[in-house]
Amino acid sequence: MKNLRTLKKYFLRYKKKLFLGFIFILLSNAGTVYVPILMKDAINQLQSNTTTHTLLFYSSLIVLSSLFAGIFRFLIRQTIIVVSREIEFDLRNDFWSHIQKLPLRYFQNNSTGNIMSHATNDINAVRNFIGPAVMYSIDTGVRLLIVVAIMISLDWSLTLAALFPLPLLSYGVYRIMKLIHEKYTKIQEAFSVLTTVAQENFSGIRVIKSYVREANEIQKWKDLSKDYLNKNMNLVRIQAWIMPILLIITGISIIIVIWIGGMKVISGTLSLGEITAFIVYLGILIWPVIAFGWVTNIVQQAEASMKRLNKIFDEPYEIDDSEQTDFSITEIKGEIEFRNVSFRYSDVLPNVLSKINLKIPVGSTLAIIGHTGSGKTSLINLIPRLYDATEGEVLIDGVDVRKIPLDVLRKNIGLVPQESFLFSDTITNNIGYGLREIKKEKIVEVAKIAQFDKDVETFPNGYETIVGERGITFSGGQKQRACLARALAIEPKILILDDSFSAVDTNTEEEILKNLKQYMKNRTSIIISHRISTVKDADNIIVLHEGRIAEQGTHDELVALGGLYADLHFKQLLEKELEELN
Amino acid sequence: MSDNRHDDEILGKAYDAKLMKRLLTYVKPYKKYVFFAILLNIFVAALGPLRPFLTKVAIDNYIVNADYNGLLLISLILFASLMLQAAIQYFLTFYTQYLGQKTLYDLRVQIFSHVQKLALRFFDKTPIGRIVTRTTNDVESLGELFSSGIVMVFSDVFIIIWILAFMFFMDVNLSLVTLSVLPILIYGTFLFRKKVRETYRDVRFHLARLNSYMQEHVTGMNVVQIFRKEKDEFNKFSSINADHRDANIRSIFYYAIFYPSVELISSAAIALIIWYGGGEIIQQQMTIGVLFAFIQYTEMFFRPIRDLSEKYNILQTSMASSERIFKLLDNKTFVQNPENPIELKNVKGDISFKDVWFAYEDENYVLKNISFDIKAGESVAIVGHTGAGKSTIINLLTRFYDIQKGQILLDGKDIRLLDKRELRKHISIVLQDVYLFSGTIKSNITMDNPEISFEKVVQAAKLVGADKFIENLPNKYNEEVKERGATLSVGQKQLISFARALAYDPKILILDEATSSVDTDTEKLIQQAIENLLKGRTAVVIAHRLSTIQNADKIIVLHKGELKEMGTHQQLLAKRGIYYKLYQLQYKDQELVSSK
Ligand SMILES: Nc1ncnc2c1ncn2[C@@H]1O[C@H](COP(=O)(O)OP(=O)(O)O)[C@@H](O)[C@H]1O
Ligand SMILES: Nc1ncnc2c1ncn2[C@@H]1O[C@H](COP(=O)(O)OP(=O)(O)O)[C@@H](O)[C@H]1O
Ligand SMILES: [Mg+2]
Ligand SMILES: [Mg+2]
Repeated sequence: MKNLRTLKKYFLRYKKKLFLGFIFILLSNAGTVYVPILMKDAINQLQSNTTTHTLLFYSSLIVLSSLFAGIFRFLIRQTIIVVSREIEFDLRNDFWSHIQKLPLRYFQNNSTGNIMSHATNDINAVRNFIGPAVMYSIDTGVRLLIVVAIMISLDWSLTLAALFPLPLLSYGVYRIMKLIHEKYTKIQEAFSVLTTVAQENFSGIRVIKSYVREANEIQKWKDLSKDYLNKNMNLVRIQAWIMPILLIITGISIIIVIWIGGMKVISGTLSLGEITAFIVYLGILIWPVIAFGWVTNIVQQAEASMKRLNKIFDEPYEIDDSEQTDFSITEIKGEIEFRNVSFRYSDVLPNVLSKINLKIPVGSTLAIIGHTGSGKTSLINLIPRLYDATEGEVLIDGVDVRKIPLDVLRKNIGLVPQESFLFSDTITNNIGYGLREIKKEKIVEVAKIAQFDKDVETFPNGYETIVGERGITFSGGQKQRACLARALAIEPKILILDDSFSAVDTNTEEEILKNLKQYMKNRTSIIISHRISTVKDADNIIVLHEGRIAEQGTHDELVALGGLYADLHFKQLLEKELEELN
Repeated sequence: MSDNRHDDEILGKAYDAKLMKRLLTYVKPYKKYVFFAILLNIFVAALGPLRPFLTKVAIDNYIVNADYNGLLLISLILFASLMLQAAIQYFLTFYTQYLGQKTLYDLRVQIFSHVQKLALRFFDKTPIGRIVTRTTNDVESLGELFSSGIVMVFSDVFIIIWILAFMFFMDVNLSLVTLSVLPILIYGTFLFRKKVRETYRDVRFHLARLNSYMQEHVTGMNVVQIFRKEKDEFNKFSSINADHRDANIRSIFYYAIFYPSVELISSAAIALIIWYGGGEIIQQQMTIGVLFAFIQYTEMFFRPIRDLSEKYNILQTSMASSERIFKLLDNKTFVQNPENPIELKNVKGDISFKDVWFAYEDENYVLKNISFDIKAGESVAIVGHTGAGKSTIINLLTRFYDIQKGQILLDGKDIRLLDKRELRKHISIVLQDVYLFSGTIKSNITMDNPEISFEKVVQAAKLVGADKFIENLPNKYNEEVKERGATLSVGQKQLISFARALAYDPKILILDEATSSVDTDTEKLIQQAIENLLKGRTAVVIAHRLSTIQNADKIIVLHKGELKEMGTHQQLLAKRGIYYKLYQLQYKDQELVSSK
């Protein structure tokens, strides 16, 4: 129960409603347990000459007290279960607000599916505890006490005889549930094996078809499916006990009442009405007794889920404003400097950037070129603090980025990530994503710069067209240009393009670069690319190689140097020639 | 997860006769067993309702008459009936679950086998995740329908029938009076079902919104953070979350009304029994035992009716899943096998392409009018820029796709007239992206083919030079290989795939950029492997090691889907055409490295 203690603050938030719910439980149970008493009296009356009038009176009372109980039963759900949904809401909100602040590192190390499963399955398991489990345990606890008290007051020895199987039932349900949980875990394992095998087979279908292994794969699948079937049947073998056990134990209680109670009636120590009451009470007790076993399991599952959630809640933010932050900084000019910067993704991994020293003056353009994995993305990610440098410092206008308020820093940087990502929303909202207020003219202006407006005109609803799964699918180049427009819209002091033209054809790219030159006149730009044509006009070009700056200079200087850059230049010239061949 | 969102939003009609009929065909093989289960159900359904009747007998005949022995006897009978019911119940649950699981098994195997037959064209267009979901989760959600749904419906109906029978047998008038509340109950349940269905849709809709929001924003979290939109996004999230909460709270309302109402109606029925039945007792027209039995019947009678709405949910999810499954099963994207394939005997390995035209889609020809011949035992290199159509040629030779125009011949026989499995057995391909399966090194080389002996595995591994690293592994050939070969280096994986190709001892060997993702050290290792591989076979090599290309009997130059040049290395270099340029572009470095 240690982990579930986290929920205390949420419970306290709704303590009034929960308290009301508790009162409603007491009241509704008062109504519920009164019904059998009325039935008992009515039946007893029957044996001592009565009128239909009295019977009508009792009948009406039965309906009334049932109505009374019903109204409060309605209110119980309207308080306790509703609170469980409210707490679920709060918990999920807190979860999200926390997740949003986690560093990029977290998202690169945890799969989306994994995070999603916490947000859905785990929160759901916890809600089951808050709602049904809490409601039933209080409700049934209260009812158990009242009913047993009444039964004892009617006839204590019969009560004892009738109730002795019930603890067995409760224990039985608990044990069975536990076993079921074990078997169920096994089933889930087998199921995940099935899923993995299916996944592997479909992904490797080419190889399977090439080597004509289909029949063999089907056989393998059959074996696994059979194993899964057997595991399921192992569960069924246990699950199938539930109904019979319920039947037997509750049935025995009733038979005991009829037999022993019947003997008591014959000997005149008990009335027929009381037997009726006993049987009805037993009916009322069955559910609470089952629920005890059931609730125990829900609690166990919720505990495990809460443990996983707490682990996420304990993840540090890593990148955030701190005491170092100088809140007097409200804007930046755009001069960037890397001073002896080294970086690694974790302490057990090697450096991906080593001793980088680099200065980018305001208004200039830096181009970065290098093989995949040479550290280009890692380098530029340090500027908006998606990661923090391991050693050395990154400075903007001479100030360590870690001292600049994160809001100021990021709102002045337009970063177009290597992987284009757009939300499933309208084009306007996507381009204007970083804007406080979306103005149509601005959107069109930046779309024009990114050479995207002509594309937009061809879409059915122009700028109001929805992107993504629910709307139209963009080509890679369109996505990249939309992302560029989005970054331009915030009028950034620093623009960073991480290989953002890879899917754009060279002519369009040339146009974009021309437009950018104008737009970025007094701002700093960093362009990562594989193409010489993209970088050749930059003020300064660096060639990254295995995390170090291998070459640096202007296009002409680097070509003259005859190193990596010159080689690439030569190859791309040839490629262009080939491309133009027909 | 997101890839199947569209399909998964099919909520489905509650009941679709056509789908149901098709679903029932899966039960057909077990018709006899289902029939038996239903018969047994009829019997066991009587045992429950029998007991209130026995209680009546106990009261009227024995308690009232002070017959201790009779009371004991009837108690024992009650006990016996209880035990019998419990035993049958256990058996029946087990039995019906078994039938259900068997059916699911059949369905799962059918889907998987179907997918194995589908052509690559299908896999090009369908996200893997979606196919996986069909074969696993969707089948799973039919479980309840098959295992308990079908039989349970019968059992509920029979219980109701038996109760009615006992009631009417004991007292017709009182039965009618008791049942007078039934229309209200049925109407109420119907109304509830309708409301709950609406809110259920609502909840599902908002849940889907919530999930797709989270999915999308977890994926694009870096964009959110770069633009500092955390606050705005949180507000959006919170409002979707609130919609989800409110939809749930609305559905709580209906449940909160429904369950107490059922209890109220059931109390009303008891009140009626006491009032009317009591009246009859006063007039000595009825015994007190009957009253007793009726009170118990009320309780029994209400449960199946109340549970109807749950059954309804099961039906709804099953319909949606089965619709998706059948859609997959109805997909007939096959590469057709001829009905009477020409037998392939003593394959030599002559390949020829005659005026081949091919497009993956519509009229976008990726290969245009390609013709060439490869003689048995020759090794041929295909070169060209990326996207020129090199890999496509291989896809056609193995009949992963069928061509639109022209002919492809193996030993002079049109490959469309051959059994495609026979054809593929004679061709081994090594691709740039090696695909390893989880299992062992050995199982990855044999691909679980029992015809390939362990000696052959070792021999193949030795020949390609893979044995050195394998022998150094703790478990050697039985070393575990993780999913996608995660624990092995790229070079090691490549060597295993070479060994795999060799173990099958193909007549025709194809290497598609088999070494381009390997570092130079491993490349040297592999070079030896390749030379061993090519001996005595027809080989098609796509642009990789310079030496292999230089030594090729023939080089085919593809450019934008057309065959532009063909000849030996020297001939083509002399031509100073495309090959010459490509050569400079792609192989200059290698030459430098190897000449050093
Ligand atoms: N999230 C990460 N965790 C661990 N290693 C990483 C991560 N991202 C990149 N790397 C490694 O860091 C190196 C540099 O990667 P990157 O900066 O993405 O290069 P580039 O952008 O030049 O292709 C590569 O070796 C890569 O494998
Ligand atoms: N499965 C496919 N579906 C549709 N188009 C494809 C498919 N595979 C390849 N293509 C297209 O066919 C052309 C030739 O591709 P490919 O044969 O793979 O070239 P290469 O192997 O020479 O690089 C390319 O334009 C490519 O985009
Ligand atoms: Mg990168
Ligand atoms: Mg290719």
